[in-house]
Amino acid sequence: MLWYIGRRLLQVIPVFLGATLLLYGLVFLRPGDPVAALGGERGLSPAAELAIREAYHLDQPFFMQYLYFLKGVFTFDMGVTFTGRPVVEVIAQAFPVTFQLALMAIVIETVFGIGFGLWAGVRKGKFFDSTVLLWSLVLISVPTFVIGFVLQAVVGVQLGWLPITAGRDPDVVSLLMPAVVLATTSFAYILRLTRTSVVENITADFVRTARAKGLPRNKIMTRHVLRNSLIPVVTFIGIDLGNLMAGSIVTEGIFNINGVGGTLYQAIIRGENVTVVSLATVLVVVYIVANLIVDVFYAVLDPRIRYA
Amino acid sequence: MPDNRYEKTPRPGQEHFVAPPEDVRVGVVDAVDTSEAPSSLWGDAWRDMRHRPLFWASAVLILFVVLMATVPSLFTSTSPTECHLEESLGGPAAGHIFGFDKQGCDIYARAIYGARASVTVGVLSTVFVVVVGTIIGSIAGYFGGLLDTLLSRFTDIFFAVPFVLAAIVIMSLLQDRNEIVVAVVLATFGWTSIARITRGAVLGVKNNEFITAAKALGMGRLAILGKHVLPNAAAPIIVYATVALGTFIVAEATLSFLGIGLPTSTVSWGGDLAKAQTSIRVAPEIMIYPATALALTVLSFIMMGDVVRDALDPKARKR
Repeated sequence: MLWYIGRRLLQVIPVFLGATLLLYGLVFLRPGDPVAALGGERGLSPAAELAIREAYHLDQPFFMQYLYFLKGVFTFDMGVTFTGRPVVEVIAQAFPVTFQLALMAIVIETVFGIGFGLWAGVRKGKFFDSTVLLWSLVLISVPTFVIGFVLQAVVGVQLGWLPITAGRDPDVVSLLMPAVVLATTSFAYILRLTRTSVVENITADFVRTARAKGLPRNKIMTRHVLRNSLIPVVTFIGIDLGNLMAGSIVTEGIFNINGVGGTLYQAIIRGENVTVVSLATVLVVVYIVANLIVDVFYAVLDPRIRYA
Repeated sequence: MPDNRYEKTPRPGQEHFVAPPEDVRVGVVDAVDTSEAPSSLWGDAWRDMRHRPLFWASAVLILFVVLMATVPSLFTSTSPTECHLEESLGGPAAGHIFGFDKQGCDIYARAIYGARASVTVGVLSTVFVVVVGTIIGSIAGYFGGLLDTLLSRFTDIFFAVPFVLAAIVIMSLLQDRNEIVVAVVLATFGWTSIARITRGAVLGVKNNEFITAAKALGMGRLAILGKHVLPNAAAPIIVYATVALGTFIVAEATLSFLGIGLPTSTVSWGGDLAKAQTSIRVAPEIMIYPATALALTVLSFIMMGDVVRDALDPKARKR
């Protein structure tokens, strides 16, 4: 177990360095001079320009700048936004909201996805199964922002059941609709994944054995079919965190939530490149770390992984 | 040296199963027409698919969308960029069945002409992804060793970055945006799945007897890879590429919606959805048309991929 975690940790290092270097390189290659842009029409005095370049290590070669950036990431010092607020402060304030939203979305998509998937898999080939399968494809096809607007217009504006936007310090009720929107695509994927593995496991030899030795049906379903079908679903949730992050940009933008995604959305709209890149890098780092946690968790669940 | 003659378990490559004679009825054996070539994977799949209504539904939809993208004038004679502000948000009128958007442009014409941007970006990024992913994946899988380790770790790095997030970062830094730029950016972080799938498929194929036979006949390694390995590993790549085309179209629409995809001068469903958003309180119905067109297009590709996968999977077919 420890050996597995250690090996997995070692694997993360090149991925982390590579991914951040990639993103940082992209920003570095961007045309235009940020320091010259600071001065506006009149331009900066040579002394001021030199001071700024030295303060932000812009006079150093690319690789040194990248190392300074990494140092910043590890010491929680990631520069300031256009309005002068430190990026770390923005993230610290925005992260809890996004975390809550993502957690709600994950709960919604797994509970409903596994539920519907199990039901459809058990009734394979029946009307319910084919209807659910077709609708899951429809949900995958409709972009998140369209689902967001439709729900906002119907449930929020016309029916008035749920608040249209979540402002400052949102509660669970105002986050419910955004969480459902964020969860829809992944819900469809989890449903299809669960259904496929349930169909596969239900005809497996161990299920037949369980049936032959007279185990009650619901015990077979929970102990043998469902438990084995959950393994691919857990893997998917790890990968899905990436979709949730990209989705949260759109969803938080639509519902005006002050999370990481919403801040990123505002920064994109306003063209604040620096903020966009630093926030996106933070999301990528969170994604890598979260995937590491999921992988370790996965090894706890499935002993076969550990010894592979 | 031990004598292996009486070993019960066959050695690798020798595990041929011979059915006991009483299990095989002679009539069945005689009925097999040996002059005909055995049915191929794709032949079987085609026989299975042509009985499925979902296959025909998605095929017709795809044909329709491609036609819309190539010759939009077939469906409408109204120009999508000829707008009259006095018609702003006007309802359906003669010759304008869906009415007008905020700028007074014909919604129907824009929904038709919007297909071109989406299909172009979708097809281009899929082509890029398939080319890059297949090359990297097949080299990693076929040659193995250090090359495989290096290429796989390289793939891991790109895989670690969620591709829509990466696309948002790159697109927000770029000034000149068009269909090709969007396709390249989407493909830059989207090829990893194809590379992994190709590597897996190549690994599954490369130890077959016919590869050994080709090697024994003196065929070059690259020739074997191109002529024998890749064609036999193509099925999962094609299935994934079909579904990926749909995902790329959604990604392009999301980027255009955020205002960092295609420029506003390009008629695109994503851009129209972004514009419709501004008048959602007064005229929510404007959003329906580009959204439906977009969803149907994506649905047809994803459905096609799903049907083809089912038809190619012998495990699913038997049941």
